[in-house]
Amino acid sequence: MANLKTLRNRIASVKSTQKITSAMKMIAATKLRRAQAAAEEGRPYADGMERMLGGLLASMPSLDNAPKLLAGTGSDGKHLILVVTGDRGLCGAFNSNVVRETKRRIIDLQHQGKQVRLLIVGRKGADALRREYSSLIVDVIEQAMRYGAKFDPARELGRRLNTLYQEGEFDVCTVIYNTFRSAISQVVTARQIIPFPREDVPVAAAGGEAPMEGAAYEMEPDEEELLAELLPANLSMQIFRALSESYASEQGARMTAMDNATRNAGDMINRLTLTYNRSRQAAITTELIEIISGANAIA
Amino acid sequence: MAEETFLFEIITPTQAMLSQQAELVIIPGAAGNFGVLPHHSPLLSSLRPGTIEIRERGLKVLRQIFVEGGFCEVTPDRCTVLAEEALDVKEISRDVAEERLKRAHDSLMVAGAFNVRIAAERDVRAAEAMLAAIEQLEH
Repeated sequence: MANLKTLRNRIASVKSTQKITSAMKMIAATKLRRAQAAAEEGRPYADGMERMLGGLLASMPSLDNAPKLLAGTGSDGKHLILVVTGDRGLCGAFNSNVVRETKRRIIDLQHQGKQVRLLIVGRKGADALRREYSSLIVDVIEQAMRYGAKFDPARELGRRLNTLYQEGEFDVCTVIYNTFRSAISQVVTARQIIPFPREDVPVAAAGGEAPMEGAAYEMEPDEEELLAELLPANLSMQIFRALSESYASEQGARMTAMDNATRNAGDMINRLTLTYNRSRQAAITTELIEIISGANAIA
Repeated sequence: MAEETFLFEIITPTQAMLSQQAELVIIPGAAGNFGVLPHHSPLLSSLRPGTIEIRERGLKVLRQIFVEGGFCEVTPDRCTVLAEEALDVKEISRDVAEERLKRAHDSLMVAGAFNVRIAAERDVRAAEAMLAAIEQLEH
């Protein structure tokens, strides 16, 4: 039978694909472990930042003079969406989930007559959104997480957003990213980061770690200046958190996707091997029948 | 008499860089350096780029850490510094600091928008403080 050779080739090719997917799975698993450890180590900073903001806001009687980052511009006509995706595919629905949520939001906001613009992290998200919304894209940042989630790109992004915001380019900024639940579950999350939602700061939570009752913090230089410095730092931290979550999610999603692919390849190899053996056996049987009937004819 | 200490922490976004008991810490506050001893009154302060010094009660410097800004929270039994970047002064090489200063100057030159300018000026100050920290160590 002619297709014995094709079957053999097919099996060999699926085997080498399986080797690749299983290697990718292991790489993703290692990166995921590192990303989780990094997320763990980043937590104290986020907690500390939250505690300081809480303490600071608790001692501010009114927000009349609060910086724009907290108080807002007084309008919400112009929205900026920071879309966090990955640079590479082969990670299941990781990128498309974020893209879907982004599209939903764009349509929603445009219905309400708001202006929407996009700032995209990750090549995959940009590719998917460029088809329909290329006119809305302010910029695309690629390779931000080439070597894991680092703080520098987050700080840069924070500064950039702040500049755009102070120049009046937008009124509200929301970040959309994958939150890491587990290696098999990532949840798309949308979070408003500008103006910073005051409810997000557990003002009362200052109680646990706060100084003594009634003894508020002394501030240096003063509340307003401190707040004006703390808010941009907090902005960078929020972006960093979104980037880290997204990075861990990407690795988790890739690990799961590659695990499935490896298993599918295994199934396929089994099926192909079975077919191959059957065909081989059929060929042998046919040959035997031919020989025997030939011998019978002579006798 | 047992020496009194408090918990001193330096935390960066990527790790808790330092967490130890300290007797005296000098912090480069935005409004001037200040020292923290145990039972300090509660304080929140922003930091300017500079060197944090962990000292013995007898004022001997145990460790110097460069921060490029950040915030500090002091309570009677704890002092927490949040910094986006913190480096042990011993581990900074002169070349790196000079390179950084040069880059900061360059970006200040081309800075157009007000905010960008402020950020660039900040970088210059941070780099200068970094160099100053090294020089101080060398003397």
